[in-house]
Parts: sequence; C-alpha cells; structure tokens
Amino acid sequence: MKLSKVFFNGLIKENTIFVQVIGMCALLAVTTSAINGLAMGIAVIAVTVGSNLVISILRKVIPDKIRIPAFIVVIATFVTVVEMFMKAYTPDLYKALGIFIPLIVVNCMILGRAEAFASKNGVIPSIVDGLGMGLGYTLAAVLLGIIRELIGAGSIFGFQIFGAGFEPALIFIMPPGAFIILGILMGLFNHLRRKQEKAGEKEEVLDEYIYNID
Amino acid sequence: MNIFTILISTIFVNNYVFAQFLGICPFLGVSNKTETATGMGIAVTFVVTLSSVITYVVHHQILARFGLEYLQTIVFILVIASLVQLVEMFLKKSSPGLYSALGVYLPLITTNCIVLGVAILNIDKEYNIIQTIFNALGASIGFAIALLLMAGIREKFEFSNIPKPLQGFPISLITAGLMSIAFLGFSGLV
Repeated sequence: MKLSKVFFNGLIKENTIFVQVIGMCALLAVTTSAINGLAMGIAVIAVTVGSNLVISILRKVIPDKIRIPAFIVVIATFVTVVEMFMKAYTPDLYKALGIFIPLIVVNCMILGRAEAFASKNGVIPSIVDGLGMGLGYTLAAVLLGIIRELIGAGSIFGFQIFGAGFEPALIFIMPPGAFIILGILMGLFNHLRRKQEKAGEKEEVLDEYIYNID
Repeated sequence: MNIFTILISTIFVNNYVFAQFLGICPFLGVSNKTETATGMGIAVTFVVTLSSVITYVVHHQILARFGLEYLQTIVFILVIASLVQLVEMFLKKSSPGLYSALGVYLPLITTNCIVLGVAILNIDKEYNIIQTIFNALGASIGFAIALLLMAGIREKFEFSNIPKPLQGFPISLITAGLMSIAFLGFSGLV
C-alpha cells in the first residue's frame, strides 16, 4: 500500500469524526474555541503516532490473547507523557482541557488504529497512519472550534472578527451548540459524499455506510 | 456538599451526557431501542459504582501513600478493564440470566469514558467515600435517563420524513442538542 494512500485514508476517506463517528466525547467538550480544538488535536496526534509506533515495533512480541490490555497500557503511557508535558509547558491549555486529557486513553479511535492497523503493519506505515488519523481528528476539532468560537464569541483564535455591534450567541459555546453544530456539519459532509458518490460509482460503499449508521 | 445535592446535581443540572460530554459514544451507539438502552443503563450503573469505589481505595491507599499519583491514568484504566472482565466472568457463572441480559454491553463499557471520567473526577473533587458512591450513582442514573429519553425519541424517527443527508447520526446529534437545551433549564436548581 502506498504511504500517501494510507495518509489520506485517515485524513478524509475514513475520517474518525465524520465517517467513523468515534472519539466524540472530548471533541464535543473541548471545542469551545479554535485554540482548544487545535491543542486537543495535537495531543491526539502525539498519542496516536507514539502508540502506533511502539505497537508496530512490539507487534510480534505481544501475545495475541492479551493484546488489548497491552495496547491500553502503551496508549496510557503516552497519554501520561502528553499530560505531564502540557502541565509543565502549557498550563493554561492544560487547565482548559482538564479531564479530557487523561480521557484520551479511552478514545476508541486510538485503540481502534492499534488493533486495525499498527498490529498488522510495519513501523513506517503505522506512523503515517497515526499521523493521517490524528490530522483528520484535528481537522474536525479545529473546524468545530472555529465555527463555535465565531458564532458564540465573535472571534477566531482569539482575534475579534466582527465589530462591536455583534451580539454573540452564547448558546453555541455552551454544550447544546456543540451537538447542533456537529450534527449540521456531519449532515453537510454526508451530502457532499453522496454527491461525489453519485458522480462516481461507489453506491455500495454508501449503502454500507448507511447500513452501519442505522 | 451533601448527598442529596450531589444526586440532583449529577442527574439533572450537570448531567454527564448533556453538560459534561462523557459517554457520548454509547449514548449515540446503543440508543436505537428502549430495551437495549435499559440494558446498557443498568450495566453502566453497576460498573461505574463499583469501579468508583475500587479506584477510590486504590488511589488513597496505594497511589497517594507511595507518592505515585502520576500513574493515575494507567492504573485506573487497568483497574477498570480488569474489573469489567471480572464482572463478566462472575455473572457468567453465578447468574446466567443477568449475564445474557447484560453480556453484550459489558465489554463495551471499558472504553466508555464515563467510567474513567467519574473515577478521575471523584479524586479531583476530593470526595470522601460516601460522596464518591453517590456521585457515581447520580452519574450513571443521569446517563441511563439520557439514554432512555434518546431511545424513545429515536424510535419515532422511523416514522418521520428526515432529509437523506441528516439520517442516522446527524439528526441524533441535533436532537441531543435540543435535549441539552432543555436540560439547561435545570441550572440554578442546586
């Protein structure tokens, strides 16, 4: 398999959020602003790449029966490293993301990649896969963060976009906004996919997708 | 904080699903039918309460005593994973009826972030053992209520005319958003 294919597979075709719909908790909770979304995305990239790397190195050593606990320990180790790193160098972000940093451990996407990809492939492809998947997650997190921050506070990455006359709709920074914006984004993504697939001939992929989400 | 305040707060005001975003995956994944939602709700209540007590003891008797707090994440997730496995084996032997009712959901619970989330929050908020138990109970009852409400609404989706791109997850998310607005109405209660 070509490396670029592996990379874009994670970024777009099997995007964790829009296509596979996993790892949602942290995504919804921390995307109150674009910078928080970006920070979460970077943390997730670091953990996914690190755990994919180690698991692909150890894939022949880990016995098949206890592979899931072994994967979880590897992932938890990287999460702890990221947690300590953020606590030391970016204390503000650490406070903003709070409990959702340790909760990266139970982000099913990372365990999913370990099981589905890193335990079956070599070191280089596994790193690329982790990078692609992590970037796909980051893309969704930043997009959601930008939209919520723009409507809810009138700024992007802290820079004021609208003039003083703009009245921010606070509800979009509060929890309901996260659900609604992500729902609409996902609907849009589905619409674009459907259009694309009608143009091409990938009907069965779509059917399978609709079957899966039902 | 007294016990009653904790219960009301975790079930309604700071509902773990609608206000704190814990347990979203199963909330969207198994809310298709009210029966499965009930099964999942009971299984989660069981595991969350048990794991909260055990992680509380582990944290205060082992980690804090030897200054190993930085291992919290790794130790807690291992405790939860083995606890779920143990509960599964125990139920299989002792009460096959309950096992067949909950069996499917038990393995799923390990990666349910509400379990690890509640365990960590109990420590962060410096609850004592009684408060820990009631916080866990409230969290899981709140989760079960959210799941049941959602399942009830989703069963009606089958009879409504939803635009194609919004079918499935998108409409569920938007519905969850509206339910979350409704739950905002409880704020100020505690």
